[in-house]
Amino acid sequence: MAIDEGVVKHVAHLARIELQPGELEKLSRQLQSIVDFIDKLKKLNIEGVEPTSHILPISNVLRPDETRESLSTDMALMNAPCRKGNFFSVPKAIE
Amino acid sequence: MMELNKLTAHELIEKLSREEITSDQIVSCLNKRINAIDSEVKAYARVEDGLTSWPVNQLASYNNNRQTGKPANRQTDLQGIPISIKDNICADGLNTECCSKILEGFKPPYDATVIKRLKEAGAIISPLKTNMDEFAFGSSTENSCFGSTRNPWNLECVPGGSSGGSAACVAADEAIWALGSDTGGSIRQPASFCGVVGLKPTYGRVSRYGLIAFASSLDQIGPITKDIRDSALLMNVIAGHDPNDSTSVNIDIPDYTKSLEMDIKGIKIALPKEYFPEGLDPEVKDIINEAINKLKSQGASFENVSLPHTEYAVEVYYIIATAEASSNLARFDGVQYGFRVQDARNKTRNLIEMYKKTRGEGFGEEAKRRIILGTFILSHGYYDAYYLRALKVRTLIKQDFDHVFKGFDCIVTPTSPTPAFKIGEKVEDPLKMYLSDIYTISANLSGIPAISIPCGFTKKGLPVGLQILAKPFNEEMLFRVAYAYEQSTEWHKMKPKL
Repeated sequence: MAIDEGVVKHVAHLARIELQPGELEKLSRQLQSIVDFIDKLKKLNIEGVEPTSHILPISNVLRPDETRESLSTDMALMNAPCRKGNFFSVPKAIE
Repeated sequence: MMELNKLTAHELIEKLSREEITSDQIVSCLNKRINAIDSEVKAYARVEDGLTSWPVNQLASYNNNRQTGKPANRQTDLQGIPISIKDNICADGLNTECCSKILEGFKPPYDATVIKRLKEAGAIISPLKTNMDEFAFGSSTENSCFGSTRNPWNLECVPGGSSGGSAACVAADEAIWALGSDTGGSIRQPASFCGVVGLKPTYGRVSRYGLIAFASSLDQIGPITKDIRDSALLMNVIAGHDPNDSTSVNIDIPDYTKSLEMDIKGIKIALPKEYFPEGLDPEVKDIINEAINKLKSQGASFENVSLPHTEYAVEVYYIIATAEASSNLARFDGVQYGFRVQDARNKTRNLIEMYKKTRGEGFGEEAKRRIILGTFILSHGYYDAYYLRALKVRTLIKQDFDHVFKGFDCIVTPTSPTPAFKIGEKVEDPLKMYLSDIYTISANLSGIPAISIPCGFTKKGLPVGLQILAKPFNEEMLFRVAYAYEQSTEWHKMKPKL
């Protein structure tokens, strides 16, 4: 798989990361060598093998639907870089 | 006064219970040591503004508040014993920034479950968090926004990573013991590089609630200590089921210190040939072979085995770990916590642009590399080719271990193919850095517990670690073999000259 700057730029956009021009060139080169490396898995026969997404046989855990103590609004907002009243404040989402 | 910072936790517990010392004496010894050498070792993040803020008010009550009589099942009394914590484990009110600019200033409003348990046991949480690779992305602690930690045995070398700060502060007696996290070797490899004991528990044994997630199917919190008894003692406190972590397993926790009373006569140990290749560093090879002979002389038997899919482990790991990381790190967007790009009007016209600029500036180089790689792997058209394929090979790697454990009690390998490398040596070549985890990542992929213990030094005076791996939820076997070995050697008593 060839990783050019176009691919990296597209994926960086999907990941919501703005790259500087110098970063883009370097990352494309490094990602190419990493992708070449992980391409090695393609030579392994995996027919009939089940995927392991989790090592334990886990199931969903639910708690009783009861009220219990939770963070206060002030506590929840105390780390916000920008707060307005009782809300997180962000730039305009829709033009 | 005696240098109490040099002692182990169990030695201090003894002294406290005989009322020979007080907790504030321990803390002042630690402060003195940190003041004297941390400017060289740099084991702690933000050391410049943390030293005086130990929770000393609580100390007075700790001093005369030790439990009397024997606790019910397990030894879990840590009254007045200080502990240092990696910067990715949330502690109420303490800066917890994963050594990343994007979490600048973040103070969690709650305790991780491990911290809660430590506090309940009476432990004193160090106000200074230990340095780490940003978001635990790395094997050298060079990827920290606070700068590199140095190896206490040789300040020109890395301490390993990503829990390099935790390993270095324990090795340098700037801490009694510490907590780290291990996603692909991040406890064991630095423990090996710094000559201390590092345990990655079985996946699901220790709650991950409050551990800032890197790769959720691989991450575990574990102890970094000066000896095996401390490791067992700390596990007695932090292990166990937690309703706040749906992947924590509800099975009984034994008293791990009991495992230290058993010998290893008749224990069957496997040596996987893939971990002893032709090109293995000859010094590491000799030191490991000596350790094997030591275990043989205590009655353990050894046999060569094969874990045939070992050669694919690094590839599988970097696919799964980056995929999970790219998803976990989506939460850092400049809205709820941490850094947001300066919002000088017109600079960020809308929300998406704010995200992109914040993440572009807030994440370091390795974090960006991994998020972008993980996003690529999960993106349309590549998911099956990379991610799904890696999950299938993960099954094969796990089956290799299942097969070996049918006939053996544990597996012994080097923790790392080399001793600590030089600072800067691998920084420009991510692939080379990734390969330094080659012997540790399989334990994470298969969920099994593994420990690294000091087993010797190279001619240049760098520590080498022996890794022991066991069946899921059989940490007791690790402690049993590790302690038998430790009893017959002096490596754990060696101190770096600083």
